[in-house]
Amino acid sequence: MNAQMPPPLLTVRDLTRTYGSRIGCAEVSFDLYHGEVLGIVGESGSGKSTLLSCLAGHLPPDSGRVVWDGTTDVLALPEAARRRLMRTEWAFVHQNPRDGLRMGVTAGGNVGERLMGAGARHFGQIRAQATDWLERVEIDPDRIDDRPRAFSGGMQQRLQIARNLVTGPRLVFMDEPTGGLDVSVQARLLDLLRGLVRRMGLSVIIVTHDLAVVRLLADRLMVMKSGRVVEQGLTDQVLDDPQHAYTQLLVSSVLQV
Amino acid sequence: MTDAAFNFAYLDEQTKRMLRRAILKAVAVPGYQVPFASREMPMPYGWGTGGVQVTAACLVPEDVLKVIDQGADDTTNAVSIRKFFVKTAGVAVTEATADASIIQTRHRIPEHPLTEGQILVFQVPIPEPLRFLEPRETETRKMHELEEYGLMHVKLYEDIARHGAIATSYAYPVRVEGRYVMDPSPIPKFDNPKLDGNPALMLFGAGREQRIYALPPYTRAISLDFEDHPFRPTKADHACSLCGSATSYLDEVITDDRGGRMFVCSDTDFCRSRREAAE
Amino acid sequence: MPLAATPEPSAMIEVRALAKSFTLHTQGGTVLSVMQDAQLRVAPGECVGLTGASGAGKSTLMRMIWGNYLASCGSIRVGTVDVARADPRAILALRRSTLGYVSQFLRVVPRVPTLDVVAEPLLTLGRPEEFARAAAAALLSRLNIPERLWQLSPTTFSGGEQQRVNIARGFIHPWPALLLDEPTASLDAGNREIVLTLIEEAKRMGQAILGIFHDAAARTRVCDRLVDVTAFTPGIAA
Repeated sequence: MNAQMPPPLLTVRDLTRTYGSRIGCAEVSFDLYHGEVLGIVGESGSGKSTLLSCLAGHLPPDSGRVVWDGTTDVLALPEAARRRLMRTEWAFVHQNPRDGLRMGVTAGGNVGERLMGAGARHFGQIRAQATDWLERVEIDPDRIDDRPRAFSGGMQQRLQIARNLVTGPRLVFMDEPTGGLDVSVQARLLDLLRGLVRRMGLSVIIVTHDLAVVRLLADRLMVMKSGRVVEQGLTDQVLDDPQHAYTQLLVSSVLQV
Repeated sequence: MTDAAFNFAYLDEQTKRMLRRAILKAVAVPGYQVPFASREMPMPYGWGTGGVQVTAACLVPEDVLKVIDQGADDTTNAVSIRKFFVKTAGVAVTEATADASIIQTRHRIPEHPLTEGQILVFQVPIPEPLRFLEPRETETRKMHELEEYGLMHVKLYEDIARHGAIATSYAYPVRVEGRYVMDPSPIPKFDNPKLDGNPALMLFGAGREQRIYALPPYTRAISLDFEDHPFRPTKADHACSLCGSATSYLDEVITDDRGGRMFVCSDTDFCRSRREAAE
Repeated sequence: MPLAATPEPSAMIEVRALAKSFTLHTQGGTVLSVMQDAQLRVAPGECVGLTGASGAGKSTLMRMIWGNYLASCGSIRVGTVDVARADPRAILALRRSTLGYVSQFLRVVPRVPTLDVVAEPLLTLGRPEEFARAAAAALLSRLNIPERLWQLSPTTFSGGEQQRVNIARGFIHPWPALLLDEPTASLDAGNREIVLTLIEEAKRMGQAILGIFHDAAARTRVCDRLVDVTAFTPGIAA
């Protein structure tokens, strides 16, 4: 009675990256399926950012395998194909919008860049799509010709999300997307992300040290310490009934969420 | 100066060899920016040091040289570069486009159609067309390598968003043979159509940035645009006040301090020959 | 198999030989055994009440069925899924379509309007937004949450209001299996009556319900059977 299960969107096996003798991340394995949100938590230096960089293709791992969509060996791809994958099917949302936006380019240009990179050559259509995306991330379309410098931190982050999602990627990497934002602005962003994940069927890998964020956003959780995954499972199970000593410490160290 | 014991045209043997290799490579890979070891020239950067090195590397004693700046043969920059080569190479010089075998230019392509066998050398301040939006050289090289040229259109998008039309009026980027995107140096976009399929060899030298690139004869060079905002070469909507040409590129000249102005051909040779023919 | 035997209706929720212990690494690795040999069945259309003193493990058992507490051994079948062994994805799928839970806590993204909080389970199931919002509005009306509050986040609401938002969320979809943790605890008589009626309707629709009710009258009214979890408490039962 079981329907044929589609293969995982992303399969990661034994991914390792060292910095000299120091471990960045070691022997990380997991599967990510369509529509799933995977949270990666851990303290600073736990290797979660290194892992994210290796997964997103910003940093070459020393060893391991990353398979996209059941067949594509990401680490063996020629660079051109890998970069094409990164700007069409994948997206990366940086903690600091300055790293993910072109601050000297208008909001419309920022959103349109990925479309033009994918070959769009009709100004009117590019602009219409940019307008639509500004609305979707709750930015007044009247601001389409303003530069992100004139935007608040929360708006910049929403613009970065629009810029990333305009080409309809299937996998989004997020590095502390709510870091540095006011609590009320964080909430708005979380709500927005949840809606986008549901409506677009996005798969997301989100790195954060904020357990409240993963509680509300992530389906599954991986806990990292010293470069290794010490525990993974259903988000509320890991937070409510942590098994590993480190996770218990982590959960008991924060205010009740 | 032209004693056989010495190299012809200012440069020492090794420099000339290095430059010619770079030029050959540039011709072999149209639109690709070839790095070269730019030398100190006896003039400041921004005064055509790149162009002078390319011209010096190409010159042979039989050449007839023309030098223009903004289309004019008689401006300071043009005059001093022409004098430099008269002194160091002893070549013949001319102001007539049709008589020149090598033309060094800043900011214009002559109006008189170029022919096979002619070489046009451009002085280039910033060879990298992507620099406007991407300051990292490592990244722009990668973008050229992988033909990731979406950013070029972001620049044009920004123009239309802000000005309602593509406001870039000079240094308008072209795609060369469907491969490299190239900055044609700060020529007016009016001149861009002349880049495409031109019978002459076009060489571009950037001294400070240490890059040489080329458009070999009859190379395709298409100006970037949008389907709904096609490329349009533009010029001032006047005829030349001196020769009456309605088709040549015009400079606006202020004639007094009461708002008086006139439009004249920027190409002085073209304008003069039309006036002479009319007489 | 004797033909005469009346086949027991197959249970929607079936717990067998379930045990739970906590290892407290932050306290020197103390192992706390809190449950052993728990047995339980809930058939479709049936409401089973968990009883036992505070701390006897009613909520623990419920959380293990929900899947946010890991079972140490034993099985927890909900529909066709053994929650004690299923991978996270199977449990998530179960929670989307089969297993509902009204907990005592309302955990929502701040700022999200109450109407959307209640509609969310239907949206996750892929129902059209119009339909989901209409269903949410109907339930909120029925539970006496004034319409002027629907566009506000429930995080600012009183305890009783939050409780009713939670209940609305739990009843918006007819989950074949439904867990209720003190659904009437902080409600006034009128709203308590409405919730009990909702439970009765759910039973008639064939939902299998497992609940914790401190309110004895409510328990008597909606529960078909009671299970005393004290029987599963190590040290007492042994």
